[in-house]
Amino acid sequence: MAVMLEARALGYGYPGRAVGRGLDLALGAGEVLCVLGPNGGGKTTLFRTLLGLLPAQAGEVLLEGRALAQMARAEVARSVGYVPQGHAAQFAFTVREAVLMGRTAHVGLFAAPGAADRAAAGRSIGALGIESLADRVVTELSGGERQLAMIARALAQGARALVLDEPTASLDFGNQVRVLREIRRLAADGYAVVFSTHDPSQAFLAASRVLLLTRGGALRDGAPEEVITTENLRRVYGIEVRVAPIDGTRVCLPVLKA
Amino acid sequence: MSRRAVTAYAAALGTLTLLALLALSAGRFPIAPAELAALAANKLFGAGLALAPNVETVVLQVRGPRILAALLVGAALAAAGTAYQGMFRNPLVSPDILGVSAGAALGAVLGIFLSQDALTIQVGAFAGGLAAVGLVYAVGAQVRRHDPILSLILAGIVVGTLLGAFIALIKYLADPYNQLPAITYWLLGSLAAVSPRDLALAAPFALAGLVPLYLLRWRMNLLSLSDDEARSLGISVGRLRLAVVCAATLMTAAAVAISGIVGWVGLLIPHAARMLVGPEFSRLLPLAMLLGAAFLLAVDTLGRTLAPIEVPPGVLTALIGTPFFLWLFAAARRSWQ
Repeated sequence: MAVMLEARALGYGYPGRAVGRGLDLALGAGEVLCVLGPNGGGKTTLFRTLLGLLPAQAGEVLLEGRALAQMARAEVARSVGYVPQGHAAQFAFTVREAVLMGRTAHVGLFAAPGAADRAAAGRSIGALGIESLADRVVTELSGGERQLAMIARALAQGARALVLDEPTASLDFGNQVRVLREIRRLAADGYAVVFSTHDPSQAFLAASRVLLLTRGGALRDGAPEEVITTENLRRVYGIEVRVAPIDGTRVCLPVLKA
Repeated sequence: MSRRAVTAYAAALGTLTLLALLALSAGRFPIAPAELAALAANKLFGAGLALAPNVETVVLQVRGPRILAALLVGAALAAAGTAYQGMFRNPLVSPDILGVSAGAALGAVLGIFLSQDALTIQVGAFAGGLAAVGLVYAVGAQVRRHDPILSLILAGIVVGTLLGAFIALIKYLADPYNQLPAITYWLLGSLAAVSPRDLALAAPFALAGLVPLYLLRWRMNLLSLSDDEARSLGISVGRLRLAVVCAATLMTAAAVAISGIVGWVGLLIPHAARMLVGPEFSRLLPLAMLLGAAFLLAVDTLGRTLAPIEVPPGVLTALIGTPFFLWLFAAARRSWQ
């Protein structure tokens, strides 16, 4: 199995403030890693480091076996795609134009996208089944539609690894499930996917592995059934949670009584 | 290009041509279309048609340069405004947000106060505009712990206020009969005194600013995303932003140096263009330039024909711009995008 995204003894954080350290991670094609952790637990900081938006404080990140620190920004963009949390659109670009921006790393400095780039953007739109949205403007889309458009843009980058920062945040129940379904489809197509969420049940639905982050950087990585336990959830979130199967899939149910 | 965009471009080009012809013929010394045609035939094909002696002087020495200056200044301000609104991800931004007008004003006002000649005043305005933006950029870059866009805007406000204080001081000290009217006149903006030499001096700088904007036209779109998004798509945001600041500053400073401060064009015109063809920069920039050139030419022509005395274009752009802007805001849901 080809390793798409790898972290070795990774320390991440902001200048003067370490958030986590000693993270080892290797994600292959077809794997989905779900990152869970409390608010302020460092999920976004970790993602920014994996994407090269924040320099690693220790260790290194490798994309398809190459050290990220030695790669040009466009090379990184061709190796790993990013779906940011809550893309706030200011200007009324159409979905087609927004997805085409995913091709930037394939377009020369002074050039504009060509026919091949347009075709690639069209394929990404088709892969997510949002052809009907292609000529709508992003500022008028619902949250769920916008999230799908942003995933299409990440696909257009031509990267085989994808990082999605809380892709289901502020989506209604149906759209949350639609996004999770897309994540599984992408994994089946051979993408390596990392996503973060606040709902641990989503890990059982869509992920092959779970990374649990706690404040202070204690880390656990493993299969969802091993990592998402009553004890671990109590330690991370400070609440009582029952983990029980329904029709073969486990779900997390918080217990409100003290 | 969509049908709508083609229509918008055709309409803008047609309007601009008509306006230019109108501006050549209208004025205190009216020139009939037939005389214009005869002059063109004489000049281009050596037709040797008989003409009143004043026609050639008025068209080639007086109105021609003034019209070209209006086109240059209007297009430059609109282009700079379009670039800045995209880069600052804010449709309320005008080209002078980083202090270029305040710096140019201080340079020009200082030149007037020190009784320098017209050329020195222009060079002072140009240099003052560049220096002010350089200072703002340096201050903004020092503040590393905050959002770079916010740092730039705050630095622009602070430096602009400081320069405003110096301008106020010079106005206070200036000779009230001689220098103060000249200062006021310059600060209101005017194209009345533009000579062919001024044009020849300003045009290369405006062009030098336009070239990078044209070359980077596709990447400009990515500046409207968050920094993290743009970088993750493969661009160096900081370098691109610096290139845009340099380009927009060159264009604005070149315009301001020959026209003085003409407000509203750089704020209003990008909106109008974006409503017509959408935010995609490579489609938006040329239309904004056409509209900016047409708007300032219309305003300047009105300003010199409406009343016995000339109405400064800065006054007219505000008089026309304010209701238009309010209408945009009220009528069009998408005007802010």
